[in-house]
Amino acid sequence: MSVRRLAAEQPADFAFTQDNLQWAERQIAKYPEGRQASAVIPLLWKAQEQHHGWLPEPAIRRIAEMLGMPVIRVMEVATFYTMFNLEPVGEHFVQLCGTTPCALRGANALKDVCRKVIGDQRHVTSDGKLSWLEVECLGACANAPMVQINYDYYEDLDPENFEKLLEDLRAGRAVQTGSQTGRSCSAPAGGDTSLSDETLYDGSRVGQWRKRFDEQSAPGDATAPDAGGKPADNSRPEAKTAADSKDSEAKPAAAERPADRTRREGVSFPYAPTSGGADKSVDAPVSDAHKPELLTAPRGGKGDDLKQIWGVGPKLEAMLHSLGVFHFDQIASWSDEQLAWVDQHMESFKGRAKREMWNLQGKVLADGGTEQDAEDAVRKARGEAV
Amino acid sequence: MLHDRDRIFTNLNGRRGADLESALKRGAWDGTKFLLEKGKDWIIAEMKASGLRGRGGAGFPTGLKWSFMPKPQEGRPHYLVVNADESEPGTCKDREIMRNDPHLLIEGCLIASFAMHANACYVYIRGEYVREKEALQRAVDEAYAANLVGKDNVHGYPFDIYVHHGAGAYICGEETALLESLEGKKGMPRLKPPFPANMGLYGSPTTVNNVESIAVAGEILRRGGDWFAGLGKPNNTGTKLFSISGHVERPCNVEEEMGISFRELVEKHCGGIRGGWDNLYAIIPGGSSVPVLPEHQCQDLSMDFDTLRNLRSGLGTAAVIVMDKSTDIIRAIARISYFYKHESCGQCTPCREGTGWMWRVVERMAEGRAEKREIDMLLDVTTQVEGHTICALGDAAAWPVQGLIRHYRHEIEKRIDDYTARSTPADYAPPAVAAE
Repeated sequence: MSVRRLAAEQPADFAFTQDNLQWAERQIAKYPEGRQASAVIPLLWKAQEQHHGWLPEPAIRRIAEMLGMPVIRVMEVATFYTMFNLEPVGEHFVQLCGTTPCALRGANALKDVCRKVIGDQRHVTSDGKLSWLEVECLGACANAPMVQINYDYYEDLDPENFEKLLEDLRAGRAVQTGSQTGRSCSAPAGGDTSLSDETLYDGSRVGQWRKRFDEQSAPGDATAPDAGGKPADNSRPEAKTAADSKDSEAKPAAAERPADRTRREGVSFPYAPTSGGADKSVDAPVSDAHKPELLTAPRGGKGDDLKQIWGVGPKLEAMLHSLGVFHFDQIASWSDEQLAWVDQHMESFKGRAKREMWNLQGKVLADGGTEQDAEDAVRKARGEAV
Repeated sequence: MLHDRDRIFTNLNGRRGADLESALKRGAWDGTKFLLEKGKDWIIAEMKASGLRGRGGAGFPTGLKWSFMPKPQEGRPHYLVVNADESEPGTCKDREIMRNDPHLLIEGCLIASFAMHANACYVYIRGEYVREKEALQRAVDEAYAANLVGKDNVHGYPFDIYVHHGAGAYICGEETALLESLEGKKGMPRLKPPFPANMGLYGSPTTVNNVESIAVAGEILRRGGDWFAGLGKPNNTGTKLFSISGHVERPCNVEEEMGISFRELVEKHCGGIRGGWDNLYAIIPGGSSVPVLPEHQCQDLSMDFDTLRNLRSGLGTAAVIVMDKSTDIIRAIARISYFYKHESCGQCTPCREGTGWMWRVVERMAEGRAEKREIDMLLDVTTQVEGHTICALGDAAAWPVQGLIRHYRHEIEKRIDDYTARSTPADYAPPAVAAE
């Protein structure tokens, strides 16, 4: 709790301007009949705004009258909430966040700047321009250290730019609100690390989620890929990029596949598993004669994202890397024997390479197909519903 | 790793417009009417299936919370109240939603209100967020102008949304204190029961939800609870906004998958720890009220509710405060103790007196001007505050101190030894720091 008292010197009276009175009426109308007390905080705010940034006692009485509340109830509110300034403040009232996240990034140095430029807390400079107060967390911790001056936040401060900011405000020069180092909101400095997918913004995603419902209502499609599993697999229909959205449209019913589907149907499927035999054949040792060509490092220093292969996660990708597999075209070129050799040389997940037809998937992906294309190809080769 | 296409807050960085037209292009308000036509039960079932746990800190399942609302009765309107009083130190995620993706929030308000028979929704936004309040109000005005909300809107469900703001009181983030404040009183928490679902705003059934929990609702319903549940870990599903502050190279807000490892989170989005991983000292993983974790527990830490709870800390609001070896951990916690002393509403004695007492003792320990037996005494006092107050602020004030003693008792003892070694009898005069 903090002790908060009214200022010793108070103006004789307070009256809202005509504009503010109308504004107050609109605020009161937000709340149900008989609940006009709810508007007490907004009205106190407006009074403070009108009265040079601090709340005088006559305003408290006036608002109590307007809302039909006992004066003491409004007084309680005014003294409880710390944003009501009960004493005069500077024209630019600096509220400096001193809580731990800001303190870790240098808020204490900013306090020294305030002491130097303004003086003690709550002290208004003789020109009436500045005063400051250390406050608790202002909720901009990713942009620490920061201050609030009147209604605006000033973020990513250091002693130099903060001192300049204060001087600029005192001199009435234009200042930049928000980040002082040019960050966009709280994005990481030096470039975004997410949200680079342009299809999020061009409207191509809109409406794609409806397929989920179309599928559910389509008769005989019991294998709608919604049951369990990772979203990276089955959220695909609604979360696709523009490039592969045409394929997802083909999902609901096999009979209505659009023509561009034939591109993939043109791929021959020599990979159909011998039913039930696929896993058994894994047990038979495969001689090193079938060892595929392996690399010691990715060509050009950068391999493909093998996680795009359906069924391959970070763990399997790491195993593939350690074997010497970095590219889709490597995988695409494997014969069934070579695939079996790779399968045998995985540390775990044996049988998976064959069951999930990595060589087929590698082919699809090497041809520029998407993860979904690869998955569809496997399902199709297995004779499952796509 | 989380793909961009699985991210919900696509304008988190504020690079695009927050206006309605841009939001529509990003998929907000897409088929909302269709979703409402699926019915209340379907909506609540999907929310339950998504496994969404409240994003305000406590992690209570949102779908379950929605299902607690009673049957509507004549003369008792239902209310949805959105808790945008974001003031937990370290947390700054809802601010980005309100200024950059406000339409997701407004749409979520309509959906949640519909599911709970509410025709009015109040968004209680903290007083300091003046510009965010203006941004949200602009978006609300746009939604009214486009007839997306209002008495007779295109969705066929009468719905009004109001933006209300507070005036700087951390305690108003507690749901019943928030309701008190919204009714025009001091923000002092109410005793429960009765719970807000039965006696909330103006004595009517009310549900209070965090901004993020509400804002994700539209996208969850569109893509399906299964989609959301497939992200993250069992019982800790979906995506989450993480606020990373403190001693990382590039602090930021980012949406990531629940259960992402602390290392990946910091490496990928924050450019690593300032001075390298060897320089990591401690983290506070979920906003100031959860106990601190020492460096050796952070290296392979999975950022989710259950893992962190098992380490006797918590995910809270997923506000990660990172501290490197330059940190004076005792001072850092002392500052947090000061925060709780400042923000205690004064209603319950253990909290009103205890927060000040704890702060003064930790402050002395930061200097070293204490005795070792006081460490256990302090620990004992925290347990007398914890669980003995109406709301959780008492707990929140006790936990950081408990975390400090649990993991850094040796630091406190060393500080005391150092002080004793260099002090003279004059230093043991009665403490002057107790003055406020």
